[in-house]
Amino acid sequence: MRYTYFIRTVSVLATLLISPAVLAQAGGPGTLTLAMPIEPPNLDPTSAAAAAIREVTYRNIYEGLTRIDRTGAVQPALAESWTLAADGLTYIFKLRPNVLFHNGSPLTSADVKFSLDRARAPDSTNAQKPLFEPIAEVSTPDPLTAVITLKRPTGLFLWNLGWGDAVIMSERNIATNKTNPIGTGAFKFASWTRGDRIVLEKNPAFRDAATVKLTKVTFRFISDAQAQVSALKAGEVDAMPNLGAPELFEAFQKDARFKTVAGNTEGEVVAGFNNARKPFDDVRVRRALTQAVDRKALIDAAYNGSGQPIGSHFSPSQPGYVDLTGVLPYDPKAAKAGLAAAGYPNGFTATLRMPQMTYARRAAEVLAAMFQDVGVTLKLEPIEFPGQWLDQVFKRTDYDMTIVAHTEPLDLGIYARDSYYFNYQSTELKTLMADVAATSDTSQRLALLGQAQRRLAEDAPALFLFLLPKLGVWNAKLTGLWENQPIPANDVVDVAWQ
Amino acid sequence: MLRPILQRLGSAAVTLFLGSALLFLVLEVLPGDPAAVMLGLEARPDTLAAVRAELGLDQPALLRYLAWVGGMIQGDFGLSYTYRVPVADLIAERLSLTVPLALLAILISTALALPLGTLAAAKHGKAADAGVMLFAQLGVAVPNFWIGLLLILLFSLTWPLFPVGSFPGWGDGLLPGLRALFLPAVALALPQAAILARVTRAAVLEVMGEDYIRTARAKGLSNRRILIRHALRAALLPVITILGLQFSFLVAGAILVENIFALPGLGRLLYQAMNQRDVIVVKDVAMLLAAFVILVNLLVDLAYLWLDPRLRRGA
Repeated sequence: MRYTYFIRTVSVLATLLISPAVLAQAGGPGTLTLAMPIEPPNLDPTSAAAAAIREVTYRNIYEGLTRIDRTGAVQPALAESWTLAADGLTYIFKLRPNVLFHNGSPLTSADVKFSLDRARAPDSTNAQKPLFEPIAEVSTPDPLTAVITLKRPTGLFLWNLGWGDAVIMSERNIATNKTNPIGTGAFKFASWTRGDRIVLEKNPAFRDAATVKLTKVTFRFISDAQAQVSALKAGEVDAMPNLGAPELFEAFQKDARFKTVAGNTEGEVVAGFNNARKPFDDVRVRRALTQAVDRKALIDAAYNGSGQPIGSHFSPSQPGYVDLTGVLPYDPKAAKAGLAAAGYPNGFTATLRMPQMTYARRAAEVLAAMFQDVGVTLKLEPIEFPGQWLDQVFKRTDYDMTIVAHTEPLDLGIYARDSYYFNYQSTELKTLMADVAATSDTSQRLALLGQAQRRLAEDAPALFLFLLPKLGVWNAKLTGLWENQPIPANDVVDVAWQ
Repeated sequence: MLRPILQRLGSAAVTLFLGSALLFLVLEVLPGDPAAVMLGLEARPDTLAAVRAELGLDQPALLRYLAWVGGMIQGDFGLSYTYRVPVADLIAERLSLTVPLALLAILISTALALPLGTLAAAKHGKAADAGVMLFAQLGVAVPNFWIGLLLILLFSLTWPLFPVGSFPGWGDGLLPGLRALFLPAVALALPQAAILARVTRAAVLEVMGEDYIRTARAKGLSNRRILIRHALRAALLPVITILGLQFSFLVAGAILVENIFALPGLGRLLYQAMNQRDVIVVKDVAMLLAAFVILVNLLVDLAYLWLDPRLRRGA
């Protein structure tokens, strides 16, 4: 696939020559056709981790007790209100009355109990099962009240309930939700042509149906970056919330028919060290290598300049973010001195397992060049993501370095785990993360999160590079699409045509 | 006549069985656990175990192999790990795109290659010959996905004659479907046509030197009649061989071309299933393609028997 870059460059030139046409709504008035690079494997977000499932179903089809909005804030959803008892352990949720599932059955507290109990059961296949681990009991005093008792205070509990993995389903539909999803949302499932498209229709029985402007939403799956651009230019697709090829983004920025937004995701691109392997077990080596990296130049090369540099494993769009890019700034001289102090005056040779994603390949190539400047030779070894990578790097930790984006929101807790692929051990971080989980007071919790970020920035268990941007391109007449991606979602409930 | 046919049928069956065992083995040692791919970076051991049990991956390999082969013999292709729908349904959906696409590509490539190759042979050493050879050289050298991109740029964006990668299905009638498949079929067909034209030219040239052509000429038959009635028919043998071999190339090409044109065909299903470690879909599709290639080879063998009487007597 060496041709890809060349093809894209030629194609940009060629697409620029095409005379502008008027873009109509791809599927007719009141409809939206949105393209995604990856097709969801099924439509049950409680059964698998694939972000694509949430990118079709989140809020559109399924809802949870709470939801996370476009800014990352927690909003009421199926629960219209809640109270937390003084013990910090008992949440009482008041459910919205008259909520119907798409098959007409009413939502009750029994559905809440069923969904949460199922997610934390021993045989649960929920990809985010740890989110539900703090729950001790769910009880249902009346059909519109659900009481959740926790084992210990959990600061982010309401936010956790807003994840796509925590949506409320009815027991009757569990077996069929993967292929025929029944939720409570503003849109209901209409059809799925596998490999091509999923069609949703407006749910006329939705509680706020009058505010929902779209009548039909089509999700099309186009994996090839060039095909995405072709479909947008030809008006066959109205929106591409996350364009695959950053170098094609500029061409759209100059085109008045389109609106372009370079937003944030929660995906931290990090080049992980195997902290159990020499020489990366030495913090002096990891710190020195961090100073060998010019993040700005790396972002220019890997993502055409879009994407924010990060100094720790934390997204700048989350509350509590501390800018730590200055802790170990780019300084090749200091990097060389650090390596010499650690006993590597002439550098060393290491291997980086490089997944096939464009950002990873380009970032790895730039990293190798920057490492060469301080005397470290980085051999790049291609590896297939996710299949091979999960096996060799993630499970067996058979690697020196690798590079991948961690897309779950607020996931710096991975560095506090005993068996995570970085093989990083820090009692201090473990204590900090345990305190974060147990602290309900927001300002106190954010302060602790700040300390944890700093600990990571100083220990450098991985190279913290940049935040994966969300390069959105859509018809200039569309309003209401998310500009940032605080969680995986294409929430189209508030989308309208001007 | 019967014995050579039976022999060929027998060897096809053995190949099929060996193919299934090899395929199963290869996918068994392939790194990448379907459950891990489904659950992503946050998965915990107990959740992984629950998913593996749900997919039946906790069974011993031999049992799974027997269950797979046994199921296929009975027409049960199993349930896709990721989509959770019967694999047979998935394949059937995709075949309605890929079979017409492949047939259209074969049709276009044959329609181009046979006349061009024969023409080049008839005008051996002249300008027409050089022209055909240049086309053949270019066609072999340029990859089909590149041709696909150029076709999209020209005929979908600059002059919007054809849709970009959306397949309306056959529900709206024959014409919209054929229109959507035309460009991808051309992209697939051009490299094949180039190879086929070269083979046709070489085969016709070789036959033209044979004694019986001289005899035909001595009888006073026209050049045209000699070319079509005698030379081309005898030259068809190698052409059919190549045509048969090209089926497997078409499948490989379809994976790329279907991606470029964003068409939901069998090639794209195989590619996606491989990425998601939907091993059962990979196994079934690969087996189906293997069976198909074996069947085509069998048909080519049988066509030999028909075209070349000498083979009917020997083994």
